[in-house]
Amino acid sequence: MTALRHTRQVALRYIRALLRQPAWVGISIVQPVIWLLLFGALFKRTADIPGFTGGSYIEFLTPGVVVMLAVSSAGWVGMAFIDDINRGTMDRLLVSPIWRGALNLGSVAQSVLTIAIQSMIVIALSLAVGARFHNGVAGVAVLVLMASLLGAVFASLSNGVAVLTRQRETLIGIVTMVTLPLVFLSSALMQQSLLPGWIQWVARFNPVDWAAEAGRSGSTANADWSLIATRTGFLALLLLASAAFATRAFNAYQRSI
Amino acid sequence: MIEVSDLRKTYKNGVRALDGLSFEVEPGTIFGLLGPNGAGKSTTVKILTTLSRADSGEAQVAGLDVVRDADRVRRSIGVVGQKPGLDPDGTGRENLEMQAELYGIVGATKRERVEELLGRLGLADAGGRIAKTYSGGMQRRLDVALGLVNRPKVLFLDEPTTGLDPEARAELWQEIEHLAHDEEMTILLTTHYLEEADRLASRLVIVDRGRVVAEGSPEELKRELHGDTVHVELAEARNGDAAAAVRDLPGITELTVDGRMLRARVDSGAAAIPSMITALERGGLRVASATIARPSLDDVYLRHAGRSFGQADTETEEVAA
Repeated sequence: MTALRHTRQVALRYIRALLRQPAWVGISIVQPVIWLLLFGALFKRTADIPGFTGGSYIEFLTPGVVVMLAVSSAGWVGMAFIDDINRGTMDRLLVSPIWRGALNLGSVAQSVLTIAIQSMIVIALSLAVGARFHNGVAGVAVLVLMASLLGAVFASLSNGVAVLTRQRETLIGIVTMVTLPLVFLSSALMQQSLLPGWIQWVARFNPVDWAAEAGRSGSTANADWSLIATRTGFLALLLLASAAFATRAFNAYQRSI
Repeated sequence: MIEVSDLRKTYKNGVRALDGLSFEVEPGTIFGLLGPNGAGKSTTVKILTTLSRADSGEAQVAGLDVVRDADRVRRSIGVVGQKPGLDPDGTGRENLEMQAELYGIVGATKRERVEELLGRLGLADAGGRIAKTYSGGMQRRLDVALGLVNRPKVLFLDEPTTGLDPEARAELWQEIEHLAHDEEMTILLTTHYLEEADRLASRLVIVDRGRVVAEGSPEELKRELHGDTVHVELAEARNGDAAAAVRDLPGITELTVDGRMLRARVDSGAAAIPSMITALERGGLRVASATIARPSLDDVYLRHAGRSFGQADTETEEVAA
């Protein structure tokens, strides 16, 4: 009860702050549109590659762009923690009886909300330009769930790293270094069977690939529900671990001051 | 209300912040922790407010151990940190409402408490404005309001007036006095302004290099500070000669020479300066400037810690040399 109330307070605070930045709201809405249309145009001929079975490339790409958005959007979440620490806001919260987990989870909730809205924009746009999703709402729900879980994992990791390093430059470096390779080492942008053998192998351990595969499967005619269930499980476990990491990072911070 | 015994803390970078700090604070009083930057004041507040931990030693706040009973300590205290704790992107009211929720104050009680605090700290008209548009003094008052939301038994004020203009500082002083009086709160105040401790604290300790070097009421400490401090700047550094030239003049005590700066405590600055200049010039030392300073925290330090900590807060009166 207390945990929930505290998490809600933290989430409200971050959501409010973002909504008060019109530029941020605008960019968050436009960015998914640009990505989908740009990648769709750039890789249009992919659908002509022998062995490609995904229908139109935009249909195939939609889950990939949604997952990519989740990772890149969540990666920056830790910036707010760094600002809070550099001011005294975080210290003020840490000397209050706030449930420690609420700090990360509240921030994650804000990130997941953003990601869910961005995902829906991408899906709506994709439908508008002619992509077809099977399984109706369930398919869309699976994709949004995957993006949200993946985003929550990356938001927690970003928060943990932010608290441990407390430097914007370090966080920017890590996010930039990690995000794109993880997307390229997955089937987000290219059908799995067409990936080089070693990337196929690496992708099995890549949470971005878990989310992309499961998210894509949900809206195909013969959705693989056992794949969706296991990938959801993997991502949930990873979320538990990363949220614990982010919350425990505060202990390290408090020991260092 | 606060008991601190033999606190020690060394940071990872080797800086020894606390080196056996001990003091006690009586309930219902304003207690001052006075010292220069780096003396260990903020570290002490961080440990007492459960933000940080000491390497060794014990501390109790409101009868509770700050390590074993951290959560109950947090419910009993209010903290106004040295850095602003407010959320600059929220309004004053939103800031206070969130803080109330964190302490389990909800519904109508929350709304009442928030409006009461906004009114009390002169923010009633600004409650709906985003905090980053506030002036420095208003932001500080919002920080104080945040520290008061849960009606703390013990309030920690870490350098509350640093960076404020004199007018805002005077207003905040008045507010702190009222708080201590009306709400019967125990207040621990850290500051590096002697006048601030003088005005507010009924008792204080002077901290240097993580240890208490003097303790008493402001009156007791000031009594030791009769006379003036004279600073003489020489045209060139000749430490031995300078010291020798003035050491034996009547009325001069606590003489220190550091490079071209010569510093002495004297009974009367106006009487001492002419004779000091004469003595120095007779010794072949040209004087660049001479200054008389009112007794300051610097001087208390010099006396108790054997060194000075900068002259930033000293009111000086230039005397043409």
